Amino acid sequence: MAHTYDTRTTEVTAKIPFPQEILDKVEEITKRYPAGKQKSALLPVLHIAQKHNDGWLSIPVMDYVASLLKITSIEVYEVATFYTMYNLKPVGKYVLEVCRTGPCCTRGAEQMIEYIEKKTNCKVGENSADGLFTIKAVECLGACGYAPMLQLGDSFVEHLTEEKVDSLISELRNK
Amino acid sequence: MSKKLLLEHINVPNILGYEAYRSKGGYTSVEKALKTMSPDAVVEEVKKSGLRGRGGAGFPTGMKWSFLAKPEGVPRYLVCNADESEPGTFKDRYLMEKIPHLLVEGMIVSSFALGANTSYIYIRGEYMWIVAILEKAIAEAKANGFLGKNILGSGYDLELYVQTGGGAYICGEETALLESLEGKRGNPRIKPPFPAVKGLWQCPTVVNNVETIAATPWIVNNTGDEYTKIGIGRSTGTKLISACGNINRPGVYEIDLGLPVDEFLNSDEYCGGIANGKKFKAVVPGGSSVPILPAELFYKTANGEARLMSYESLSDGGFATGSMLGSGGFIVYDEDQCIVRNTWNFTRFYNHESCGQCSPCREGTGWMLKVLHKLEHGLGSMEDIDLLWDIQRRIEGNTICPLGDAAAWPVAAAIRHFREEFEWHVKNPKECLTRNYGLKKSTLEMSFN
Amino acid sequence: MGMIKVTIDGIEIEVEEGTTILNAARQVGGKIVPPAMCYYSSLKGSGGKCRTCLVRVAAGSTKDPRPMPKLVASCSTPVMDGMIVENTSNQEVLDARKSIVEMLLINHPLDCPVCDQAGECSLQDLGYEHGLAKTRYEFKRRTFENTDIGEHVKLHMNRCILCYRCVYTADQISEGRCHGVIGRGDHAEISTYLEKSIDNDFSGNVIDVCPVGALTDRTFRFKSRVWFTNPMNISRKCENPKCCGKAVAWMSENNILRITARKDENNEVKEFICNTCRFEKKEITDWTVEGPRHIERNSVISQNHYELKPKHNFKVLENTAKQ
Repeated sequence: MAHTYDTRTTEVTAKIPFPQEILDKVEEITKRYPAGKQKSALLPVLHIAQKHNDGWLSIPVMDYVASLLKITSIEVYEVATFYTMYNLKPVGKYVLEVCRTGPCCTRGAEQMIEYIEKKTNCKVGENSADGLFTIKAVECLGACGYAPMLQLGDSFVEHLTEEKVDSLISELRNK
Repeated sequence: MSKKLLLEHINVPNILGYEAYRSKGGYTSVEKALKTMSPDAVVEEVKKSGLRGRGGAGFPTGMKWSFLAKPEGVPRYLVCNADESEPGTFKDRYLMEKIPHLLVEGMIVSSFALGANTSYIYIRGEYMWIVAILEKAIAEAKANGFLGKNILGSGYDLELYVQTGGGAYICGEETALLESLEGKRGNPRIKPPFPAVKGLWQCPTVVNNVETIAATPWIVNNTGDEYTKIGIGRSTGTKLISACGNINRPGVYEIDLGLPVDEFLNSDEYCGGIANGKKFKAVVPGGSSVPILPAELFYKTANGEARLMSYESLSDGGFATGSMLGSGGFIVYDEDQCIVRNTWNFTRFYNHESCGQCSPCREGTGWMLKVLHKLEHGLGSMEDIDLLWDIQRRIEGNTICPLGDAAAWPVAAAIRHFREEFEWHVKNPKECLTRNYGLKKSTLEMSFN
Repeated sequence: MGMIKVTIDGIEIEVEEGTTILNAARQVGGKIVPPAMCYYSSLKGSGGKCRTCLVRVAAGSTKDPRPMPKLVASCSTPVMDGMIVENTSNQEVLDARKSIVEMLLINHPLDCPVCDQAGECSLQDLGYEHGLAKTRYEFKRRTFENTDIGEHVKLHMNRCILCYRCVYTADQISEGRCHGVIGRGDHAEISTYLEKSIDNDFSGNVIDVCPVGALTDRTFRFKSRVWFTNPMNISRKCENPKCCGKAVAWMSENNILRITARKDENNEVKEFICNTCRFEKKEITDWTVEGPRHIERNSVISQNHYELKPKHNFKVLENTAKQ
């Protein structure tokens, strides 16, 4: 339950320092705010950092982001642990985030989660043994009218059916 | 047929691009405002229009704007709340995906009215593909002289940026949103001071919903008086309703406020009635936090009039027999849906989304969830139903922000209108594990978190 | 600043404009003062979170006498001229307070028998006054793993009520905050995230501001129940320019078991002390003893405390004995 980060069980990935193009992007983002308010860039920069670091935020990466934005490490940890989109543990190559909230459930979201668990051989909250998938059950993603649905990276897959899940998973497996 | 003030041009080819949008009269409100109107005149039109906040609270927008403090030498900000996360609500997303330039145009006109020179659109991080759509629209507007320095030679400067959130429902609360925009945890602020006095970086700030902002170009072009001709009473204009659940035609509809609920639910122009020939059981008419209404209370108001899709009519009768228009997230339940399970599900949502700052919400949502978990698993007693009622009563009104109320209301309404269904769960402990009034239940383990 | 009138539980007082309801009530003192678990007057930005200080505003001001629709947090609501406030005179307020206390206790371990804070715990006091004798909560209480945050301070997260005072203290009193609130909702916790130790000259002050036994003094751990100690006001010339050098020694015989900063009548520290004074100067010869510390009669600590003139040849300074 403690949010303490355990380096003994976790292989740390930390692709730092960032390549120049990411540093340029960070620089561009910080210019959107008044001087001295560069901390405002934290959420967008953490998204970029996570994408660059195999989909999750390790301690060294968060410390590095803190140094880029000239804030303390704890300020980054506080934020990264508050918001659900930041992964604090390594994730599979594809993160399937399936909505589990009421409106989706009226159209069979729970059955769909079960089906996805079965097809990927991976339980909610876990990574598949082959490292390909992470399954997350998440709260409302704003696609209630197109339920059931899941989020994959920057896009949504909506109107899920078993057939659609089958083809999505085989497509990802063969990628 | 409702008028289309927001969605009229969404099916025009290439409407995502500047050229097509401009050819349909796009950005004329910016020209009109910046060349012929003073900022106060724009505020006045919005006041006259009676436009009310479309994010859920329904506060008059013009009045909110007039509260903005204007101390000398201190910047002011307009922040658009695109953190749409209320279960059942997906209208802002639709608007931004389909016609992004309308929001950009609205941001320019509104920023001008408020005297803001930097404005932000705070969008939930999960809508990442829309960020790209909006940033492209902003770049095009800038390339065509509608953003940047000295817009249209008026001397007015504006920069507009898109800011991504990180996954937190609470950031839809305006002060939590501002904290988040400052790169912090989304903890709502203690009020007073209000954002109009001390908002973003302690400067005067207005936070408006996407749909609210998007309504302003039409009002500037056509006057506030014209806007009041649409709608009914104090519910002026049109409203986007996102309809979902067990209906034939889920989707986003723009309606004139005042449309009869019967027509909205049953006509083929809108929801198209209940799907699969099932019976209509209940509806949550304004996003998950508003009280659920059973079918028999939905069609008629307390005094027997036909209920309308308006702020007043939907809340007629108070919480005893009414609900709220809220964000316009219209969730319909058919006869197979289990109210206890749905209430449990919503409570899990609010427990998951509580920021944890204040004690009634942090502790109370978890407590309700556990009691509901018992009831839904056939382990509850009649006393648990009363306890649940008592817990929600102790959360409501005692929290820092409206999330406490949002968590309490669905529980209260479910017990108020569907008590017999809770009792059924107590009396039929085995049966309620395997079926929801006939529907096969998921065997997914229901965990607390 | 102009003076304005406010009425709290029927008592009319004049206070400076901008004063909060809580601080106005504190100027009167006694029963009308709402309890506060998170507000701390010397920590900027604190308050508003615990909701124990909720009161009813029956009239907003003379100009606008409408009542406020909801109960308000008295610690963060400024008074207006002519405002009428109801605290203990309003049943709804007392009922809400009872609700808040119940919420604060459902996941609290209730391990007072083994908690060093017992006897000087705000939650204990609150529970006595507003709590139920029996819990209605039948579920397993939330637990956190105990984490180590350094050699001086012990963190018991299970006892924490998330008042954020220690976070504000680290931000405002000490330098280089390395702990904070991690996670969210009912899983939020005080943590350094990394099992780092909290270590700077003023870090020990988090112990004094903590209203419960979540942050306690490791050097005092299980040494004595606080009511078996004799608190004495002590002072020394501290080399640290930011340290006031005024403290309280919690003594047994002639041994100092613990040193804390001095708390005022509202149980708040106004002048903070450094870690050297708190943790390292444990010999009575390190200090000038000013005399016995005044302890409120209703506190359990007073049961072993008679406020007699000290027998020893301590230097007693007049007028300071009361503080």
